[in-house]
Amino acid sequence: MRNLQASKLIFELSKKGRGSVRLPAADVPETDVRQHLPAYALADKELPMPEVAEPDVIRHFTNLSTMNMSVDTHFYPLGSCTMKYNSKRNERLASLPGFLNVHPYQSEKSMQGLLQLLFELQEYLCEISGLPGVSLQPAAGAQGELAALMTAAAYFRSKGDKRTKVLTPDSAHGTNPASAQMAGFNTVTIKSNQDGFVDMEHFRANLSDDVAVFMITNPNTLGLFDKQVHQIAEEVHQVGGLIYLDGANMNAILGITRPGDFGADMMHYNPHKTFSGPHGGGGPGAGPICVSQELEPFLPSPVVAKDGDHYYLDYDRPQSIGRVRSFFGNVGVLVRAYAYIRTHGPDGLKKVSEHAVLNANYLLSKVKHFLPVPHGDRCMHEFVCTASTLKKEKGVTAMDIAKRLLDFGFHAPTVYFPLVVPECMMIEPTETESKETLDAFAQMLFKITDESAELLHEAPHTTTIRRPDEVTAAREPIVKWQPTGGA
Amino acid sequence: MPYFFNTEDDIQAMLDSIGAASIAELFEQVPESLRLNRPLNLPAAMGELELTQHMTGLSNRNQSAGDSICFLGGGSYDHFIPAVVDALASRGEFYTSYTPYQPEVSQGNLQAMFEYQTLICQLTGMDVSNASLYDGGSAVAEAALMSMTVTKRHDKIVVASTLHPEFRQILATYLACLGTELVVVESENGIVTPQAVAQATDDKTACVIVQYPNFFGAIEDAAAIGKVAREAGALFVMSFDPISLGLLKRPGDLGADIAVAEGQGLGTPMSFGGPYLGIMACKEQFVRRMPGRIAGQTKDARGRRCWVLTLQTREQHIRRDKATSNICTNQGLFALRASIYLSVMGPHGLRDAAHLCFQKAHYAAQQIAALDRFQLAWNQPFLKEFVVQDQSGQVQELLDDATEHGYLAGVSLAPWYPELADCFLVAVTERRTKDQIDSLTQYLAQASKLETVSHA
Repeated sequence: MRNLQASKLIFELSKKGRGSVRLPAADVPETDVRQHLPAYALADKELPMPEVAEPDVIRHFTNLSTMNMSVDTHFYPLGSCTMKYNSKRNERLASLPGFLNVHPYQSEKSMQGLLQLLFELQEYLCEISGLPGVSLQPAAGAQGELAALMTAAAYFRSKGDKRTKVLTPDSAHGTNPASAQMAGFNTVTIKSNQDGFVDMEHFRANLSDDVAVFMITNPNTLGLFDKQVHQIAEEVHQVGGLIYLDGANMNAILGITRPGDFGADMMHYNPHKTFSGPHGGGGPGAGPICVSQELEPFLPSPVVAKDGDHYYLDYDRPQSIGRVRSFFGNVGVLVRAYAYIRTHGPDGLKKVSEHAVLNANYLLSKVKHFLPVPHGDRCMHEFVCTASTLKKEKGVTAMDIAKRLLDFGFHAPTVYFPLVVPECMMIEPTETESKETLDAFAQMLFKITDESAELLHEAPHTTTIRRPDEVTAAREPIVKWQPTGGA
Repeated sequence: MPYFFNTEDDIQAMLDSIGAASIAELFEQVPESLRLNRPLNLPAAMGELELTQHMTGLSNRNQSAGDSICFLGGGSYDHFIPAVVDALASRGEFYTSYTPYQPEVSQGNLQAMFEYQTLICQLTGMDVSNASLYDGGSAVAEAALMSMTVTKRHDKIVVASTLHPEFRQILATYLACLGTELVVVESENGIVTPQAVAQATDDKTACVIVQYPNFFGAIEDAAAIGKVAREAGALFVMSFDPISLGLLKRPGDLGADIAVAEGQGLGTPMSFGGPYLGIMACKEQFVRRMPGRIAGQTKDARGRRCWVLTLQTREQHIRRDKATSNICTNQGLFALRASIYLSVMGPHGLRDAAHLCFQKAHYAAQQIAALDRFQLAWNQPFLKEFVVQDQSGQVQELLDDATEHGYLAGVSLAPWYPELADCFLVAVTERRTKDQIDSLTQYLAQASKLETVSHA
């Protein structure tokens, strides 16, 4: 049961002289620190950190945890984030000592089991993507985007081909243009047409031999599969450019279609979404990338390779862009992805997508009657509905509805993204939810659209806090605790 | 399949509601010509029992640090993790939640982020911290990019050769796209001198980056190097080891403008290199240039203290190509682990950990250096890590043989420092006992004798 009275910060629980961890006395002959460490380096004051007892720490953080909605406790249809069930077996498997308690600089010989796992995962990701080159190194989807764009840049440099532009649709995740910028490209935004797909006219008007990469999310952020993708790829390839597939929405197409087969030259996975690595309250993710044969030599180094029965880290990659992440990347997340893929097998992965799409379409069929879905009656794994009619009629916004959902024990959908639909809510139920949950959610959503504007503007009503003042938070930022009354 | 709910009846009812004849019909958007009309070529599904057996088999084929005595470091360390850290961080409400986009139902994570930011400020002596980055290496690269924005200098970054070589590689990769020159200041006797840094730094330099203690474990004169940077109008970026701050002066006390770190030592398992924790803290005036999520304190509609994600106009989901970085998902769970670790250790626990590392490392260094075959590579102050020179030059053979004998004895420097190919890096954490250190010394003594015989 939630303790509603616990509202202190860990610093406010501190009392001088308390403390938890007692380490043993040194069992080696001690030497004088001051003789070995120069005065310019040796600390001359105590760290001003909290002193709390272990039971305090347990109660404090346990109480904090109960103030979160999570997949373990609530339906969490946060579009684009694929908040599916995070299986407990994966947690236990990833914690096996041969995976968890190994140092990144151990010899290859002492790491054959893990290297085999990573090698096999590389092969699985290639098979699922239809692209033959792979790097497991990037630490998150956004870093995967960046690494792939750097890989593309190195590829063009090797050909003496100077290209400056990256095209991104206006419905793209914000990371796409941000990554393009960091990789040294200029971003050009391509409009969507009325149906939510890439506007071919606008695309063609911006296509030139200066275009390095077209970054596309497919299914896109409206939850639609853009049938033009193959045509777009052909035209981009004709001018010598490359296609990047933002794999955020892979949950819709596992075993159905493959990015490599619909024209992509490179892509990233979000294993914390598609392959159910837990989201960790905002990370860790991982961002493995797959690329075509011609881009493969430029991928980050090292990759796992195999020689007979021996697995090794291949650093002998003279054309590689180098590193984007220290050591071997987010291995713990990758081990979970491996466990997920082995749990499902080829039929199971396809079934994941089938049921993700079934659940999303079912929810769409319920919701569209009271919250219009501007882009049609069918979707892939998620859909975008809009509250713009409600806003016109009674001033109720998507944010009001999102906040009110919290009162009824549902996490809100993603709101105000993608930017191309006003007052939008992006709903992704995932395959690990029941019809009963979807029915309850749809019913509640319907009830909410019928509630008074006054009630909704004030929502949520049952949470411990309500509508925090974000404007003041940004204008006069308080980003750390400070002791009151001097010091 | 284990995680699905839909029964045949459910499926039929759902299809009826949709108005579709079959699940296959729902995929009509995907043109037939683009379909994969065969099963994925992947191994067949496994139940939990089979999978557990299979993966336990793979795990058993790795020599874990628990099966050995671990003296490996170089950015990842076998530090002690109190049970409290796992107990709390494995709560589903923490690890199965996501970025707190809805503050009303994410106060737990937001308050934890705010506490983490505060703890990092207390640990480093810096003004502000973000809520985490991916790892120490990309944190260094982000600090360099941030320095370029702050100083409006885009031509040059100066970095000590004693910065973790992989961090330098990441930096080089990030800068290659931007045409920024990366100038590496070579070390002398295991450290870089302020004079050498001064020679490399000029009015085009965005920042000077050093590691503290450096990759060799040696302690640079950071304050003096920071002074050099400031005189050239460049920012001073310190990549620090968090555990060492139990004994050493803090980056904020040494004049750092931006402090970054690999935070693995703060309660995160070694896990073959990740996921880890990228720490970044800076001076207050640069906060709006900082990458990554930041939690801020505010009040709710009823006037109650609460927390939100703040300064979001820096971020990619708002600013797109004008954002300070492309980072979205970071390392929330490991920032949480660090907060729990620091809370339960407290200032005294952290000081004790650093003190034990220091004592045991010095004892180990003395024992190893007393052997004929080995000596310390240089005489520099160090805390928990030091470089051993192998007179025989057979470093790789030695380390491989040591592994077979159950000692993860050190990290060869050959891959990154060809001139130090006869050297290896030894790390000694608070977890190593005198018996273990003596046992390593005995093994090395034995190896020393064999080497003498084979050379005779």
